[in-house]
Amino acid sequence: MADAVLFEFLHTEMVAELWAHDPDPGPGDNIWRWLLPLESWGQNMNLSVLESVGFRVGQALGERLPREMLAFREELDVLKFLCKDLWLAIFQKQMDSLRTNHQGTYVLQDNSFPLLLPMAAGLQYLEEAPKFLAFTCGLLRGALCTLGIESVVTASVAALPGCKFQVVIQNS
Amino acid sequence: MSRPAHRRPAYHKINKDLFVLTYGALVAQLCKDYEKDEDVNQYLDKMGYGIGTRLVEDFLARSCVGRCHSYSEITDIIAQVAFKMYLGITPSVTCNNSSRNEFSLILDKNPLVEFVEELPAGRSSLCYCNLLCGIIRGALEMVHLAADVTFLQDRLRGDSVTEIGITFLKKREEKKYRRKK
Repeated sequence: MADAVLFEFLHTEMVAELWAHDPDPGPGDNIWRWLLPLESWGQNMNLSVLESVGFRVGQALGERLPREMLAFREELDVLKFLCKDLWLAIFQKQMDSLRTNHQGTYVLQDNSFPLLLPMAAGLQYLEEAPKFLAFTCGLLRGALCTLGIESVVTASVAALPGCKFQVVIQNS
Repeated sequence: MSRPAHRRPAYHKINKDLFVLTYGALVAQLCKDYEKDEDVNQYLDKMGYGIGTRLVEDFLARSCVGRCHSYSEITDIIAQVAFKMYLGITPSVTCNNSSRNEFSLILDKNPLVEFVEELPAGRSSLCYCNLLCGIIRGALEMVHLAADVTFLQDRLRGDSVTEIGITFLKKREEKKYRRKK
């Protein structure tokens, strides 16, 4: 069953349609503005809709994981799980590297992120790249939420198709 | 990138669920954005159309189907090859009229609604799977076939079966007019 293909097509269509959706593009603490180069701020690129759809999916996926997969001893184990098992299940590859400052910040690096692969490598589509990462950031945040961890997840791209996801654990 | 020697059952399930869950979240988001069911239905159809125009290339590359000689053959391929390939189901096909341009696909199982028990309150006219109609319509258009594709019956709306109707429309006469660009 070519499910991965269906998901990629649906994701591409959602990126094309949903980012333009927000009728109220006012300023505020929309963290997604941090990612965009200054020139594109005028475009009112609001990616929070995509991120929240991803969040719901991440939560739902988290709920469906078999119990034995979830016996984590500590926070780092959860992140390793996301990088290895979850990434493998969703994108048929593992995350390429995981770094942490051991103080609640993790940087997950994917050198060849499947949702960025269809676009030309390098810098040509750098401006568009955040749109293709918003859903996945939400997905990570949602999965972490189901596993009991509150976080803020952002992403950055230096050159396609590589990207980094930054996970900052929120302490209650 | 190396593939694991065999997929653990859990991985396959997550992969299968990803599309269905994403679709559900999309529909939920559209229900938030649009009050009227018709608007959501239309939007799903439009998105499906966009997907279909690109999916058809993927389908043709994977399936190597030969040239079709009738609407009936095309509908059979949609049901037995395309649906099987992408959704793992094989709807049955019936022809609804003597001029053989109106067909129905009867979906016995529908993976898209696996996690949906019933339509949300106040959404009784929602065509939850309308994306599928748009996909079929968009794909057909890319192979120069115009068709109307709609849900004739829907189990989620209380009907006994889920039925997609495909009506092939007369081909536009190319000679009669040229599109102005």
